[in-house]
Amino acid sequence: MADARDAILERIRTGLRDVAPTDIAAEYAAIPRTYIRAGQLDLQARLHQLKERLRDYDTNVVETDAVSLPRTIAEVLRSHEQKNVIAADGLPEEILPLNFPFISERNASVDTLNACDGIVTACSVAIAFTGTIVLTHGPGEGARRLTLVPDRHLCIVRAEQVVETVPEAIDRLAPFATHPLTFISGPSATADIEMTRIRGVHGPRFLDVVLVQ
Amino acid sequence: MTIRVGESASAPSFQKAALPLLEDAQLRKNVRHATDVIQRKRGVVVAETPDWQELRTAASAIKAHTMRHLDHYLTQFEKACTAAGGQVHWAADADDANRIIVGLVKRYGGNEVIKVKTMTSEEVGLNDASEREGIRPHETDLAEVIVQLGGDKSSHIVAPAVHKNRSQVRQIFRERMNLPDLSDDPEELTAAARRYLREKFLRVKIGVCGANFLVAETGSVCIVESEGNGRMCLTMPEALISIAGIEKTIPAFQDMEVFLQLLPRSATGERMNPYNSLWTGVRRGDGPQHFHVVLLDNGRTRILADPESRQTLHCIRCGACLNTCPVYRQTGGHAYGSSYSGPIGAIVTPQLLQMQHGQSLPFASSLCGACYDVCPVKINIPEVLIHLRGRVVREQKSALDPEALAMKTAAAIFASRARFEAAQRLGRIAQWPFQSNGWMRNLPGMLGNWTRVRDLRALPQQTFREWWKARAKAGNTAATRKNNHG
Amino acid sequence: MRVSLFITCYNDTLFPATGQAVVRLLERLGHTIDFPLEQTCCGQMHYNTGYQQEAMPLMRRFVEIFRDSEAVCIPSSSCVAMIRDHYPKMAAEQSDPGLARAVDELLPRVYEMTELLVHRFGLEDVGAYFPHRVTYHASCHSLRSLHLGDVPQRLLRKVRGIELVDLPNIDRCCGFGGTFSIKMGDVSAAMLAEKMKDVENTGAEVITAVDTSCLMHIFGGLHRQRAGVRMAHIAEILAPTETDEGAGA
Repeated sequence: MADARDAILERIRTGLRDVAPTDIAAEYAAIPRTYIRAGQLDLQARLHQLKERLRDYDTNVVETDAVSLPRTIAEVLRSHEQKNVIAADGLPEEILPLNFPFISERNASVDTLNACDGIVTACSVAIAFTGTIVLTHGPGEGARRLTLVPDRHLCIVRAEQVVETVPEAIDRLAPFATHPLTFISGPSATADIEMTRIRGVHGPRFLDVVLVQ
Repeated sequence: MTIRVGESASAPSFQKAALPLLEDAQLRKNVRHATDVIQRKRGVVVAETPDWQELRTAASAIKAHTMRHLDHYLTQFEKACTAAGGQVHWAADADDANRIIVGLVKRYGGNEVIKVKTMTSEEVGLNDASEREGIRPHETDLAEVIVQLGGDKSSHIVAPAVHKNRSQVRQIFRERMNLPDLSDDPEELTAAARRYLREKFLRVKIGVCGANFLVAETGSVCIVESEGNGRMCLTMPEALISIAGIEKTIPAFQDMEVFLQLLPRSATGERMNPYNSLWTGVRRGDGPQHFHVVLLDNGRTRILADPESRQTLHCIRCGACLNTCPVYRQTGGHAYGSSYSGPIGAIVTPQLLQMQHGQSLPFASSLCGACYDVCPVKINIPEVLIHLRGRVVREQKSALDPEALAMKTAAAIFASRARFEAAQRLGRIAQWPFQSNGWMRNLPGMLGNWTRVRDLRALPQQTFREWWKARAKAGNTAATRKNNHG
Repeated sequence: MRVSLFITCYNDTLFPATGQAVVRLLERLGHTIDFPLEQTCCGQMHYNTGYQQEAMPLMRRFVEIFRDSEAVCIPSSSCVAMIRDHYPKMAAEQSDPGLARAVDELLPRVYEMTELLVHRFGLEDVGAYFPHRVTYHASCHSLRSLHLGDVPQRLLRKVRGIELVDLPNIDRCCGFGGTFSIKMGDVSAAMLAEKMKDVENTGAEVITAVDTSCLMHIFGGLHRQRAGVRMAHIAEILAPTETDEGAGA
């Protein structure tokens, strides 16, 4: 396909004859970015906005502190009668409830994922303004399929991971830019039938966020 | 080259295609309802974004910059994607793209693929091309499933089944999924689609997707979606093929912070759609281990070459212009005879086809400007429409065309005061066979299109300038206040 | 102030009452009106229909006639939009620096009528009397090209005796669109049907706008249905006063 490549690039260059040669990097740097980059909210207001917006898109939000985290996770899982739960590889053991038999991610086949009651992961960043959690799929966040095939996703979000704006999140994600990145805003949903929002299509139908501060 | 945009080369003119759609009361109600709902949601989430205009300005500048240096950014993307384990292919036209993709599917030994909704695939007719080669394409976006199983065509770039209501969807699912007892509850219909597709997600080894963004700096591809069908197709198969128009490129990862704010709010009226996926080449142990990107031209470089309409390529396919368009609202998307409908379709389709087809589309707009107002990347669609109308007139209208003759005559009249005033007098005389009681209800020729549904007031006995002259003559104090319309 | 009136070709020919009302209103407010008889058309119909070359001489003509005016008043937002949005580009294409400069210098002095009253003269109450139930149609060009916002409504709210009713879906196009209403007659009719329903739901007896062109279309449809609504350009509402003979008619 080298022919097509050269032909397309040649057509582009011919088509851009009216564009004077310029320093591309300098022109890029001059793009006006007067939109809001840094947030204004203090921590509590930021967390409040995150909770409000997660809930707005059907996410179940539970608050806890670091000490109570294992107990809270167990409570959330039990409240939904989840028994076969997979924990993402690399989640620190001390945050998981001891008396709860987790299946480890590395032992889980696709069939296991499809049949399990839910999964537990951490995340890398959460965005208050949009009610979004972002996975960079490193240790503790699972391979992409882990947070996709099962029906219920419990995600642990720490207060210090919560930023207010999308640009702040992108700044934090920059080191992971070539990781797989998954932005999750509520459980999967569709509005394709008469614009009626239906929660839960193909990804997890339920999203629990445990917010730790 | 065989540039193709769906089946638009054989589509009837907009005004002709619109007629049966205007008769379809169900379709019109469905379209009105859907576009009203999306617009209302969009209005709320745009209003809560204080820097909306600044984001639009940045997005417009980023896209304009990228287009001005598209060769640079495409080769940068190619290099980064390749370094990350992806393979980049270049397709000059629709056939090229189909050949490459079908070849890859065969190479990986597949006879079916699972697909994320992609406009580009519809543009090149990938499903038909695949089926001809014995490959079964399974659409997985709920609306695309409705369209595919119904043997229908997409009518909206974001919500392709916007023209169907729940009971029509039920009918399709009952027949095609063999579920005779299915109710028309959207929740139940959605659950049926989930069951129908899950088996395919877990079994089919090859995925096909489009691309919302290609990040040149990192070689990453971004897909924005809601249902998780996208993530399924991007994650579960062994091989993944992305077909992307060359204009989908953005320079850097940082630019995502602009587009991830604009696209969801514009497209579905959400602060953020449920899932955005970005990935870069191949990641060991996570997702497809074979990844291909097919970069498609198919007429885009021709659009790029026209500085007056280059901005057409800034489009991020959010569909906001469709939802706000008063013309689309009446007809839905099928009248546009293309995979791209609405205002953006009216400028994209004829240009991709080098103005050889779809010439009625630039005229399918009242130039009301609502599309420009909502466009997240500030494409001045009315301006491009006017430019394309000029191209149709200059390149294709014969000088003897009745409209062209009328326009030339009118121009000659307006070019001289004496002729203008004479025409005003002449009009008053010429109209008498058509008027009664000061109104015209049945005009001949092109003007008949006016009087089919509207009355037209007859030319008054005195034009404004005649009044003005008479008044000046009589002196200001004796000015008549005669209202010529009674 | 000496105000030059560009009445527009269709107001001149079809709707002289609009121009008469503009003259009456501005003179009542103490201004002198100048109506250059050489004027014809701004070129919008040609330009928007694709006959851009034919529009060029009309642009030159406009600029020649009004280049020395103190202020140009135009009772039509779509003609103002044509001039503001397209003349600079058209002039630039002529590779005639003198013309381009003339356009640049003239543009700040070109006003849609309600702009002139509110933005230039600083008026909202023009002392008008119009005792009728009225609904205001915001034309697309007034909203999205001139960004007039509620300027016309601010003037209307101060009219004595008026009962101003909001038109639902005020930002939606009526379906006129110049030659669109002819070339895409059926779609235009469908758009018109929605607009007429909105107008009739207001219970207004008068529909007004800053553009007679949209009104010709909306009222043309209403008249066909014998809907019992009449049209009036906004100048025809702002011109009459309580002391006029036949006031309130």
